[in-house]
Amino acid sequence: MENLIGLLVAVPLLGAAILLTGGRRLDRIGHWLGTILAAVSFGIGAVLFFDMLGKSGEDRAMYSHLFSWVPVGGFQADIGFQLDQLSMTFVLLISGVGTLIHIYSIGYMEHDERRRRFFGYLNLFVAAMLLLVIADNYFLLYVGWEGVGLASYLLIGFWQNKPSAATAAKKAFLVNRVGDVGLSIAIMLMFTTFGTFSFQPVLAHAGDASEGKLTAIGLMLLLAACGKSAQVPLQSWLGDAMEGPTPVSALIHAATMVTAGVYLITRSGAIFNGAPDAQVAVVTVGAVTLLFGAIVGCAKDDIKKALAGSTMSQIGYMIMAAGLGPIGYVFAIMHLVTHGFFKAGLFLGAGSVMHGMNDEVDMRKYGGLRTYMPVTFITFGLGYLAIIGFPGLSGFFSKDKIIEAAFAKGGTEGWILGGAALLGAAITAFYMTRVMLMTFFGEKRWEADAEGHEPHPHESPKSMTIPMIVLAFGSVFAGGLFSLNSSFLKWLEPVTGHEEGHSPLSATTVTAGTMVVLVIGVALAWLMYGRRAVPAVAPRGSLLTRAARRDLLQDDFNHVVLVRGGEHLTRSLVYLDHSLVDGAVNGTAAGVGGLSGRMRKLQNGYVRSYAVSMLGGTAVLIAATLLMRAV
Amino acid sequence: MSGTAVHSLWTMAAPAADKIPAPKIEYTQLSPVLIVFGAAVVGILVEAFLPRKSRYLGQIAVSVIGLAAAFAAVVALAARGYGTTKAHVAAMGAVAVDGPALFLQGTILLVGLVAVFTFAERRLDPKAHGRKVDSFAAQGSAVPGGDAEKAAVKAGFTTTEVFPLLLFAVGGMLIFPAASDLLTLFVALEVFSLPLYLLCALARRRRFMSQEAAMKYFLLGAFSSAFLLFGIALLYGYAGTVSYSGIAAVVDGTAKMTPALAATTGNDALLLIGTAMVAMGLLFKVGAVPFHMWTPDVYQGAPTPVTGFMAAATKVAAFGALLRLLYVVLPGMRWDWRPVMWGVAILTMLVGAIVAVTQTDVKRLLAYSSIAHAGFILAGVIATTPDGVSSVLFYLAAYSFVTLGAFAVVTLVRDAGGEATHLSHWAGLGRRSPLVAAVFAVFLLAFAGIPLTSGFAGKFAVFKAAAQGGAMPLVIVGVLSSAIAAFFYIRVIVLMFFSEPKPDGPTVAVPSAWTSTAIGIGVAVTLALGVMPQYFLDLADKAGVFVR
Repeated sequence: MENLIGLLVAVPLLGAAILLTGGRRLDRIGHWLGTILAAVSFGIGAVLFFDMLGKSGEDRAMYSHLFSWVPVGGFQADIGFQLDQLSMTFVLLISGVGTLIHIYSIGYMEHDERRRRFFGYLNLFVAAMLLLVIADNYFLLYVGWEGVGLASYLLIGFWQNKPSAATAAKKAFLVNRVGDVGLSIAIMLMFTTFGTFSFQPVLAHAGDASEGKLTAIGLMLLLAACGKSAQVPLQSWLGDAMEGPTPVSALIHAATMVTAGVYLITRSGAIFNGAPDAQVAVVTVGAVTLLFGAIVGCAKDDIKKALAGSTMSQIGYMIMAAGLGPIGYVFAIMHLVTHGFFKAGLFLGAGSVMHGMNDEVDMRKYGGLRTYMPVTFITFGLGYLAIIGFPGLSGFFSKDKIIEAAFAKGGTEGWILGGAALLGAAITAFYMTRVMLMTFFGEKRWEADAEGHEPHPHESPKSMTIPMIVLAFGSVFAGGLFSLNSSFLKWLEPVTGHEEGHSPLSATTVTAGTMVVLVIGVALAWLMYGRRAVPAVAPRGSLLTRAARRDLLQDDFNHVVLVRGGEHLTRSLVYLDHSLVDGAVNGTAAGVGGLSGRMRKLQNGYVRSYAVSMLGGTAVLIAATLLMRAV
Repeated sequence: MSGTAVHSLWTMAAPAADKIPAPKIEYTQLSPVLIVFGAAVVGILVEAFLPRKSRYLGQIAVSVIGLAAAFAAVVALAARGYGTTKAHVAAMGAVAVDGPALFLQGTILLVGLVAVFTFAERRLDPKAHGRKVDSFAAQGSAVPGGDAEKAAVKAGFTTTEVFPLLLFAVGGMLIFPAASDLLTLFVALEVFSLPLYLLCALARRRRFMSQEAAMKYFLLGAFSSAFLLFGIALLYGYAGTVSYSGIAAVVDGTAKMTPALAATTGNDALLLIGTAMVAMGLLFKVGAVPFHMWTPDVYQGAPTPVTGFMAAATKVAAFGALLRLLYVVLPGMRWDWRPVMWGVAILTMLVGAIVAVTQTDVKRLLAYSSIAHAGFILAGVIATTPDGVSSVLFYLAAYSFVTLGAFAVVTLVRDAGGEATHLSHWAGLGRRSPLVAAVFAVFLLAFAGIPLTSGFAGKFAVFKAAAQGGAMPLVIVGVLSSAIAAFFYIRVIVLMFFSEPKPDGPTVAVPSAWTSTAIGIGVAVTLALGVMPQYFLDLADKAGVFVR
């Protein structure tokens, strides 16, 4: 069984290699090949999963050591895999949702002449993401980490002829670099502290290290998580990343890659448990982001950007839960999985709407689409109900648990975090209802474009609707299934550990409170967008609305502080480089050249002077030899 | 009377001998040398008795078979353990049969074989009067531009004597690194030098330049030989013997003195001056500064195939001899010669690299590059450790094939006046003939010591040995000069690939299979030794022990 673990990565990687090097002759079958290989990877994951179910809780982890990759003295980087319940959860999510999105893309990318390449990139992403979650050491995890970054870059910029897509890809890549540096520093710190970066020894000995070192490692891991998971202050790339094709947004920028930060923090739980200061930083980032994303989500008229804000916000929930320590790890991952279902479903729904609306993304030009696209409407609606936490659906169970855990943190901190989580739930209900109402309800608001093409909204083909339906099932039932008998808790507990929190509020009170804010949020949205007609042109809006439309001025901040500052720094460094470094280099070169020119004059072509130089040389040689003896 | 005593008849002022028994010669163990000399003699006979038309193919056959058979003999000797366990000094103490000797002889034979291929090229020069011609003068004795020469060209003469000359040179080179007494050393030196002087004078184009080069080489070579011979005399005066082991014993103080000579033996002034002069003779051959000045002029003037052969094989032979001298004869006084050799090595590396920077002729550029490389090899020689020997052996093997290949490429780039060696003509070569330029780039990168080429492996081995031998400053100078050297190698690559071709630039002639094979072997060896050097390093390591 252990031997199968490596195949999880190898199969989609092979797919990427074939699709990206195979050339045009694969154009006709490339998308099928990519989809089948992703499905094979999912099949292997399923086999391993059932094998794992047959074992008892403590013995479920499997290890597979392939070979020693970089053996340099004490520095041992191995290609080795570790598949425990945490990794398994991710493997199924990544390969499962990944396969669905491959299927969806067959229809969605049908008219794109570079579809084969698109599937190659998707396979590459699946391979890298699986590597990230099954690596048995931080070094190999880093390889996967960079791999998903690369795949994300390639896919955001897939329509590279659009300058906005190219810029967005570059932005995502650069912002991610900041986080990646954090991860690499964390790995270096681990190596100096523990002498290794394999999960088992590092996490087993985390308790022995000083708190200061653990805090440093924890903060660097948090920086990494912020970059990959689009958390404040490294969140600015996610909105722009929506320039990529919608299946990419669903898979990478909603369901899987952006949750890598949550995986990293949960996996490194032993380190954070020993570093309370780092945990405070984590919950702060999570709480700030969950509000930040929610507020941004309220103001966007672009359906994908509204969903992107929502993603940010939901991951904020997960990060916050992970920062709560053992009382939150399980719920962070549980929300991650349910979110993977309903957010992927929502994005696919958005893609389906765009597919029927000539790629229009402005919700002000939608309206009343429920009659035109019934399947999309129902699946999207189920995802909507799940995300706002409608009782009985997935999001209800997982989000409720996080809010409870936040209050259970205790003290002022608990009240602040719990309050933020509740407020976030209210805003979530508001902006998601807004999306729902603007898209599927009200009067139709679309018009013919400049060339007179009026959109003819229609339901999408089967290859697109079937994945949406499957994901809708997940949105509806996953949460209940996980909570039934606390099955998910029991599943993950051996890996992440779990403690019951002691909430000042009873679970019923929290649930009731959540329901109240949910109703308030929905009602408010209905008052603003359901009862009144939605204006086709966005009103000017309040100061907050305008700031939120500009992503709460994040880009302006980055531009003024980082870009300008960076430019000045670069300019001075370039000046130094030209004057000092180049001066030294060119000076040396000129010196050598000059010396060369003078020395070659000795080579005058006269054999007599050559002979003289030989005679002189011999004399010096003899004198030097004699001198050495004398000394 | 023992063989040693007989040998002393001409190495020692021995008491009058009552009779002279036949010397004992181990013909099997000397077979590589004997085969080559035999082939050379056959070559002379071919020249004398075969009709002109069939000489060319006959000579090639004789040379190729002779060299290949000699190489097979070397391999057989090595396989039978003469490189390791059975290593000893054969031929009455005159010639060593040991690891370094066999390794170097094998290298020289292969170099010679590849050189025969470049000598045999007859497609590059345009046909003269409907007959294919090679790089060599139609008739060496004819005055350049004179009537005799015109007649010779018209008659379609070619100098097929170059093949036996090459064989004689190879024979001398085989003995040179194996020579185990100073007189054999001197004889071997002359045996391989004289054919080289002749070969240098035989260029078909630019004959005056070629003859000037040969003249210079001959004059300066004779001059250095005189020093060498005088040094031999002084060492004989010091030790009372010319055999390596005998001198070494006196240096170490373990020799039994002949009473008659006791008064004059062991005079250190003789030893030191003699050592310096013999070393000078060998340093001249390897082209070390300040005895290097012949190199650029001769490399430039000689026919390019000869230059390639000379640059590769002479260096192998001369460094082999130098190694044996320093490791077998003089290890007891290494504290005297090491500082001096340090100075020579540093000067050689720096001068070679610096002066090369301003060269404008590709052959001169390669000449200075060979000087710099001589410095790098010297750094390994000075290490005086077993690693030093094996690293030098490896470097020599690696370097000689790069050199052969590089000069073979030079023969391909031609204009109306023959080879276009001025660097400005090479501009944009990569656009017109990407393959030739790429191959040349491989050789240049190997010269520069870029990883995945043999040059890197060799340089790394040599510098590592030098550092372990306590010569860190040498390594630092070596790396600095490598950096300078990298500049002019890369500059040629930039010139070939990133400059606009000149409208009236040279053409790249399509060579026959001979030169193609030679270049192909050069590239293959360069890459093989660069990608998987370990096997060859191990081989050199195994061969790295001198017999005394």
